[in-house]
Amino acid sequence: MKRRESLKLIVTGAVAVPAVVAGCGPDDKKAVAAADPTFNLDRNPAEIENEKRILAMPKFFTDHEMATIAILSDIIIPKDEVSGSATDAKVPEFIEFIVKDMPNHQTPLRGGLRWLDMQCLNKFNNSFKDCTQQQQIELIDQIAYPQKAKPEMAPGVSFFSKMRDMVATGFYTSQIGVKDIGYMGNTPTQWNGVPDDVLKQYGLSYTEKELKECVSFDNASANTKIETSIEPTTNSKSK
Amino acid sequence: MGDLQIKKQPKKYDAVIVGSGAGGGMAAYVLANAGLKVCLLEAGYMYDPQKNVTQLKNPWDSPRRGASTKLRPFGDFDASYYGWDIDGEPYTKASGTDWLWWRSRMLGGRTNHWGRISLRFGPKDFKRRSIDGLGDDWPISYDDVKPYYDRIDELIGIFGTNEGLDNDPDGVFLPPPKPRLHELFIKRAAEQAQVRVIPSRLSILTKKIKSTTDRGACFFCGQCNRNCSMAKADFSSTNVLIYPAIATGNVDVVANAMAREVLTNSEGLATGVSYINKEDMQEYQVTGRVVIVAAGACESSRLLLNSKSARHQNGLANSSGVVGKYLHDSTGAALGGYLPTLFGRKRYNEDGVGGLHVYSPWWLDNKKLDFPRGYHIEYWGGMGQPAYGFMGGIESMNGKYAVNGVQKEAGGYGKSLKEDYRYFYGASVGMAGRGEAVPREDNLCEIDPNVVDKYGIPVLKFNVKWSDYEVNQAKHMKETFKEIMHNMGAVITWGANDDEKNQYGLAKPGEIIHEAGTVRMGSTAKNSALNSWNQAHDCKNLFVVDGGAFTSQADKNITWTILALSMRASEHIIDEMKKNNL
Repeated sequence: MKRRESLKLIVTGAVAVPAVVAGCGPDDKKAVAAADPTFNLDRNPAEIENEKRILAMPKFFTDHEMATIAILSDIIIPKDEVSGSATDAKVPEFIEFIVKDMPNHQTPLRGGLRWLDMQCLNKFNNSFKDCTQQQQIELIDQIAYPQKAKPEMAPGVSFFSKMRDMVATGFYTSQIGVKDIGYMGNTPTQWNGVPDDVLKQYGLSYTEKELKECVSFDNASANTKIETSIEPTTNSKSK
Repeated sequence: MGDLQIKKQPKKYDAVIVGSGAGGGMAAYVLANAGLKVCLLEAGYMYDPQKNVTQLKNPWDSPRRGASTKLRPFGDFDASYYGWDIDGEPYTKASGTDWLWWRSRMLGGRTNHWGRISLRFGPKDFKRRSIDGLGDDWPISYDDVKPYYDRIDELIGIFGTNEGLDNDPDGVFLPPPKPRLHELFIKRAAEQAQVRVIPSRLSILTKKIKSTTDRGACFFCGQCNRNCSMAKADFSSTNVLIYPAIATGNVDVVANAMAREVLTNSEGLATGVSYINKEDMQEYQVTGRVVIVAAGACESSRLLLNSKSARHQNGLANSSGVVGKYLHDSTGAALGGYLPTLFGRKRYNEDGVGGLHVYSPWWLDNKKLDFPRGYHIEYWGGMGQPAYGFMGGIESMNGKYAVNGVQKEAGGYGKSLKEDYRYFYGASVGMAGRGEAVPREDNLCEIDPNVVDKYGIPVLKFNVKWSDYEVNQAKHMKETFKEIMHNMGAVITWGANDDEKNQYGLAKPGEIIHEAGTVRMGSTAKNSALNSWNQAHDCKNLFVVDGGAFTSQADKNITWTILALSMRASEHIIDEMKKNNL
């Protein structure tokens, strides 16, 4: 299957969930009262308190820092023919949240951003965000490749590796990123084993014992009906 | 303290149960269905899987993308409230002890998020002392428990296969799911290493079961750790036992009720339980004909040790002095990495059930080894749902392996980096051993005389260390895993650099969350707290039905045996009540 086709499938899958579940009998439905409607997933009382505490915090990053994070994010994950960019996926907003949730990220990121600005100020007479794209890339190329970076650039290498991880997490856990990476689960289905063409590709097959004793389904398809007592709130708001 | 008073519940219950996990949930289910009036005390929050949903959520539904917090330590979607660290509920450790203690604080306890690995013990597992001279035999045998295992299989549902193995007994199984791609590679590689690989045995309904119309069949989202809110197709105490028990009208659940003491009368019999309600901070007492303790092995022993009276000066059920002793967790060691043959793999939905589709039961004879007890192997890998930490540290991979035929410099950024993530995604593979530790009298928890929790209840102090038996077992695990990884051409990226200094990567005691043995069963009141019916030798209307009752815990995850023994004890209680013995 080509990537484009798999993308189509995942779109179908994402739409299929509520439709499928809505297909069960109306008598089976019970109203779902979320513990707190502010949150799209279960939160216990201590968690609600914690989430509200974090949401009430003042901004951690300055506007200058956020602008720098946005530029870095899109250098790391730009738009390409498959998917959008890190800023399309709201990665900077994720990073702003996560440093409040995990304060151990605050100093390495803030310090790394300032390290980057000082490098640019010394070299180009501008902070990173105000450098030309060419200057920005010139600097990034000195910190993006750990094995060939000069020793004096080590703080920048550490910072950029951390940013790469942070941006990848933010991007590939977003709706855009999950589609890009081709994860096709998180939806009702019937597991019928590894697809035949994949088994063939790897020269593998199921044993007679496995075929005999394992559960199999005649028509594992997108129209999987699941019996459920509740209506899931999977048609989630992207935050 | 004029406004502090003890509120006595006027209702007299047949049974007061402390704890709502596997043991407490099963007791409530059996007793309520027999028409007995039950009060179920739970120290944590009220929780209803039908309302408190994390299943089928997307990673972006969590602002931290599924990362963990102290309040949800196995991740933001995981169905466990609390875990390693609870505000206001400390515990202490003797010097040199690195014990970890998991406490879920919610209705249903850990059963809401557990791994669903449901292995019944085998005949040898009840008689280890007779085999290797270590520890003690249980006062019961496999034949005593087998009928209950069979009934649990049918009542709750489990998939697996009858393999005719002598110490991994056959059961009443639903058909297992077919192995995933990485599991086929693992199977071939393990078999080359003479390690048997068979379908896993998980309490997940691959088909609807006859015992209930309330539960559906698995729809293969791979999220059992979030609890199956949608189809109730996996076992949790809440979905399968407690809510059905509540539906009988015979169960009153009191959440946020932290038990302080089991109350006894002048004859030494249990009369009920005193607890503090964490919400209103008021003190309560509830009375019952029997008291069933199922707060988790360590918490149960804490409750008993804190229940001192003139008749029970050493703590309740503790004339033998064994309560808190013989504490043992499963051993654990793991490693993982990548299977390069899976780089650039085709995409499809391989979520499967929540957990492994194949596993390796213990396959060797310990008489020929330098450790006395066995372990089983659990496997994982493949194309999982992206979450916080997704493919972190890619600079350690993308310079090492050509991506779509092109050798690149490690690290990088941009469109090329996006290609790398797509190329390497879904190729991870790993394995972990879960082994049997030998219970020892000097591995224990006891009351710390100097420390109380925020409710004024004295806390536990742990003193637990591994012996060479467990360390040697971990060494063997790692050697086996390396051989399996090597046989399939996998690259180990973590867990391989172990030696005697780090006990070969042996998990900390408590870390595997299978703690047991602290209120053990035995043949005499001199060397055990409970008789063969989970009944206290010293107090006939007190029962302990969690992992605390285990004389030893095998290399099998303990939940299925907790359920079987709790059912057995609960039916015994009903029989004894009918005979007016209780």
